[in-house]
Amino acid sequence: MTSAPATDKATAAAAEPKLVTVTIDGIEISVPEGTLLIRAAEQLGIQIPRFCDHPLLEPAGACRQCLVEVPDMGNGRGMPKPAASCTTTVMPGMVIKTQLTSPVADKAQQGVMELLLINHPLDCPICDKGGECPLQNQAMSNGRSDTRFHDIKRTFPKPVAISANVLLDRERCVLCQRCTRFSEQIAGDPFIDLLERGAQQQIGTAEDTPFQSYFSGNTVQICPVGALTGASYRFRARPFDLLSTPSVCEHCSSGCAIRTDWRRSKVTRRLAGNDPQVNEEWICDKGRWAFKYDDQPDRILTPLVRNEDGQLVESTWPEALERAASGLREARDRGGVGVLPGGRLTEEDAYAYAKFARTVLGTNDVDFRARPHSAEEAAFLAACVAGVTPENVSFDSLENAPVILLAGLELEEESAAVFLRVRKSTRLAKTKVFSIAPYASNGLRKLDGTLLQTAPGAEAAALAAFAATELTPGSVILVGERLATVPGALSAAVALAKKSGAKLAWIPRRAGEVGAVNAGALGALLPGARQVSDTTAREHVGLVWGAEIPTIPGRSTDEIVAGLAEGGLAAVMVGGVDLNDLANPAHAQEAFHRAGFIVSLEMRHSSVTKYADVVLPIASSAEKAGRYVNWEGRRRPFDLTITSTGMMSDHRALHALADELDVDLGLASVEAVRAEIDRLGTATDRPAAPTVAPGTAPQPNVDAPILATWAELIDAGRLQDGDDNLAGTAKPVVARLSAATAAAAGVSDGAVLRLTAAQSNGDGGAVLFTAQIDDLPDGVVWAPTNAAGHGLRAAIAADHGAKVAIAAASTANGGAAQ
Amino acid sequence: MPLTPVLTKRFGTMQPWKIANYEALDGYTGLRKALTMAPDDLIAMVKESNLRGRGGAGFPTGMKWQFIPQNDGKPHYVVINADEGEPGTCRDLPIMMNDPHSMIEGIIIACYAVRSEHAFVYIRGEAVHAIRRVTAAVNEAKAKGYLGKNILGSGLNCDITVHGGAGAYICGEETALLDSLEGKRGQPRLKPPFPATNGLYDAPTVVNNVGTLASVPYIVLGGADWFKKMGPEGSPGSCIYSLSGRIKNPGQYEAPMGTTLRELIDMAGGMSRGKELKFWTPGGSSTPMFTAEHLDTPLDFDSAVKAGSMNGTSAVMIFDEDDSVVLAVLKWTQFYEHESCGKCTPCREGNYWTAQILERIWHGEGTAEDLDSLLDICDNILGRSFCALGDGATSPISSSLKYFRPEYEALIPELNGSAGIAGKNKEEDKELTGATA
Repeated sequence: MTSAPATDKATAAAAEPKLVTVTIDGIEISVPEGTLLIRAAEQLGIQIPRFCDHPLLEPAGACRQCLVEVPDMGNGRGMPKPAASCTTTVMPGMVIKTQLTSPVADKAQQGVMELLLINHPLDCPICDKGGECPLQNQAMSNGRSDTRFHDIKRTFPKPVAISANVLLDRERCVLCQRCTRFSEQIAGDPFIDLLERGAQQQIGTAEDTPFQSYFSGNTVQICPVGALTGASYRFRARPFDLLSTPSVCEHCSSGCAIRTDWRRSKVTRRLAGNDPQVNEEWICDKGRWAFKYDDQPDRILTPLVRNEDGQLVESTWPEALERAASGLREARDRGGVGVLPGGRLTEEDAYAYAKFARTVLGTNDVDFRARPHSAEEAAFLAACVAGVTPENVSFDSLENAPVILLAGLELEEESAAVFLRVRKSTRLAKTKVFSIAPYASNGLRKLDGTLLQTAPGAEAAALAAFAATELTPGSVILVGERLATVPGALSAAVALAKKSGAKLAWIPRRAGEVGAVNAGALGALLPGARQVSDTTAREHVGLVWGAEIPTIPGRSTDEIVAGLAEGGLAAVMVGGVDLNDLANPAHAQEAFHRAGFIVSLEMRHSSVTKYADVVLPIASSAEKAGRYVNWEGRRRPFDLTITSTGMMSDHRALHALADELDVDLGLASVEAVRAEIDRLGTATDRPAAPTVAPGTAPQPNVDAPILATWAELIDAGRLQDGDDNLAGTAKPVVARLSAATAAAAGVSDGAVLRLTAAQSNGDGGAVLFTAQIDDLPDGVVWAPTNAAGHGLRAAIAADHGAKVAIAAASTANGGAAQ
Repeated sequence: MPLTPVLTKRFGTMQPWKIANYEALDGYTGLRKALTMAPDDLIAMVKESNLRGRGGAGFPTGMKWQFIPQNDGKPHYVVINADEGEPGTCRDLPIMMNDPHSMIEGIIIACYAVRSEHAFVYIRGEAVHAIRRVTAAVNEAKAKGYLGKNILGSGLNCDITVHGGAGAYICGEETALLDSLEGKRGQPRLKPPFPATNGLYDAPTVVNNVGTLASVPYIVLGGADWFKKMGPEGSPGSCIYSLSGRIKNPGQYEAPMGTTLRELIDMAGGMSRGKELKFWTPGGSSTPMFTAEHLDTPLDFDSAVKAGSMNGTSAVMIFDEDDSVVLAVLKWTQFYEHESCGKCTPCREGNYWTAQILERIWHGEGTAEDLDSLLDICDNILGRSFCALGDGATSPISSSLKYFRPEYEALIPELNGSAGIAGKNKEEDKELTGATA
């Protein structure tokens, strides 16, 4: 088949922007049509000073710092006055003279700089921004050395806390509007704006409406002066005293590039890195401020061993490894050992668990899923996720998708960087978003999305009913981990993708899940998207590992927990798992209580170490090297940030433990793990996707309501411990329900609602929420999964789609009542 | 130069704002005639007439109308800038109070020409009386079928919304006005795109001044050639000059474009205190001031520029030899400091600074370097600010220093050797302001 050359040409012309040639400071350069002068100059290495300009924000032209002279607009005529290079686009034949060659431009810039400084306080010696301040730097490069201003500076009371995280110093502000433009254009949270006018103009919030945004930290980072500072970092350090290490965020599956600043073995702050393919230059507040979890009083720094009195006591590596090895050896021979690595590992660490299970413990009983899951999901992961690459769906392809269908996924809560990228496109009306969800969340509204209102459990039917014709070429279906709780939903998503030709991507919440799938940390999967059931695959992996791979596919997390409870399994080895994240925490605790032997690889004391016989301390994200695999399937490698802590990452601890069990795991270094992963490569075949028929969804009924739930971005997750300011950004804890549902339960809007499990007869747990009447299907009540002090799973073991009971609470104080 | 009144011909008649009286005096005949013409011919006629915008910049009105893209599938809007904030200007309010229908008629004709069905009159918030009067006139016009659906059976639909601003000088800048009209913070927009393609609600929009549109019915009736007979060829037509200050009879004087100050002072009965003319503004405080040497400068768009100033809003403020130019400039600068919208650095910070320097000079606390600083700050504002507000703010300072530098120097102790004169000013200011300092 050949395509017409004319079409090719047309396509090429459309793809290749037209070039425009201009002369800047005597140097000719060709740049795409529409390029701003300031960008064109950058390409020549000519830096024009600027404040309001930001490449990812719409031009403002407010600060006037970037004025240049344009002696020829390309038509022989010059611009009558200096032009703002951040708002002027190139014209063919244009001649531009910057401060380097034009006395007019230079004087204009010096003049603006002088004006910016007349009202600027001399805070530099105590200002957070000092040392990395564009105002300071550019005042040096493009300003006068002395001031002519001897009058009275304008002053404001300061600082003003515009949110729990962000403090505003109005005196330092140069009113560039980067923060307000970011909030409006990028985050969609326009809670800060300009107030007043003239020299009294200032940034501010509306009364009683704080700057409540998951992305507020970006404004601190892009503030070109010290006007916006982060509450957590304020007065903590000078930038020139810090070491900066490029790293990758460990929180969600976006895999955002970040920069970690640290000193004396402690992280001081984190900033957004710049990765145009992934997070561009933005991160969410969780990624920015949730890093103190590894520096809490409950941090474990030495191995711990349970003594004869049942107490965990400090031990040594040799003793702990010996105890762990002997316990595991015995358990392996007695009933087997299950492995629960958790969903937050690097690919290397997950690989080590996968290999350890097979080669040391001789079992396929390994499952990274520390959350509600299903066999259908395991089949889906094997068929559609294992070995996935950004070729399938990427951040960029989302930006160019005509339609994005979300199913069981709240982007702003579960994958904030993806939310920003999709919003970038929906804001320009390039992308249309549909969401299969019980109500239109604020995040969906900010995407200008269309709600396909669906009660929990009915997602499969909603996916089956979605018109495939809506999904025009290039469209994408994004599914969240919540669909594992809805029988048939993932199958229906696969079917819809097949029918429509749309791409399908799975966006889990945790950073390590895709990497764990690829590493084979799942019962039926081996590394590189291979099947345990596939003899050739077993042999291939077995050859590289020098071991025989067990043939029986492994058990799931729930089955492993059940095995421990029933005694079928003799021991469990656990990575970063919080039992409260499992579907039934109480049941899991009981199982762990009964378990014969538990080895825990942990950073901090947890619901698992409480029962553990041996605890091996492991490194936090900042203390190790590795790579996360993000939802796209993009590897996000990062090097060691904090050196010299001596903390071992999981794979090194497992290597040492294997050694003690007389197996050479061969995974002592990150390089060794990566080399082995490369040697194994990725299989090309995939098993068939699951075709589970939709289950009979419970019919919502105001008298027997169903729970809808998902975790919000800022909640009681343990990786958010230690930053009270960040916790202050969490959304108000509310339960949402329709007016009819509320009426049936005798709850009024704003009243306290008591949520219990359906079968509870009063002695089970309950969680209290403030009721909020919203547009939900009758008979559905939504509550956050793990809001601080309001954890649903721990209290009532109820999940998305569960039957619950609601009633008006007699007490007025919110919070969990057990 | 004598002129048969055009724009003010109904002023002084019995209740000229009533539609019955308006109709009795040729009212809405221009519209009837316009509706018989093709819209493009109307645009051509206004273009031919050389009518230039009365809001201050003097942009050719016909050209502005022609810029509106046609058959673009978007709604078009006509917005009337009745914010009239330039110090000394009081021309739109008398038109709206005395003869609101002339503006309304002009609006309907403009809507017909640019294919718009909705016009907005943005009136300065303080002018509640004008808001009421124009609203009443719009209702009258609606009742009579000049507004609404199928106007006079022509098939033209047109509605007018009267909107009161909140009182900000910047909202006289057309893009700030549009933002304000949209319910946003009134600050100037980045141009391009221009309102002609992306104006109100991102749709093609014509923004015209009250006086501009009030002239349109007469052009339609009298023809372009008749209109061009008044005043100079480059900026023809009739003009209402707002005369204030040291003259016997301050007020609005209609005269052909190109009338000189000498003629205007004569019309106003001469100088009020019998003193010599010292300085005056040809078109509001934002236009560089003139002196007695400019008494015979024709006041039209081109001649004023040639003489080093601008016609602006033809707000002529007249000061005599007993008036302090420094005090006048200080007051104007304080106005700009107060009204700067704050968006751009030069205007926001520059006016904050120049106001303080002028205050010090007036109080006898100026230094030798202040005058050069003032000029240099003006140089750093003029042509560097986002919109014309900053440019205009420098006019009184630079032009007064050009003509009256010795008067400034006389107030500066270092330069005059004594602080006597100005110390008095500070004491007087304290009395005036209640000694808040």
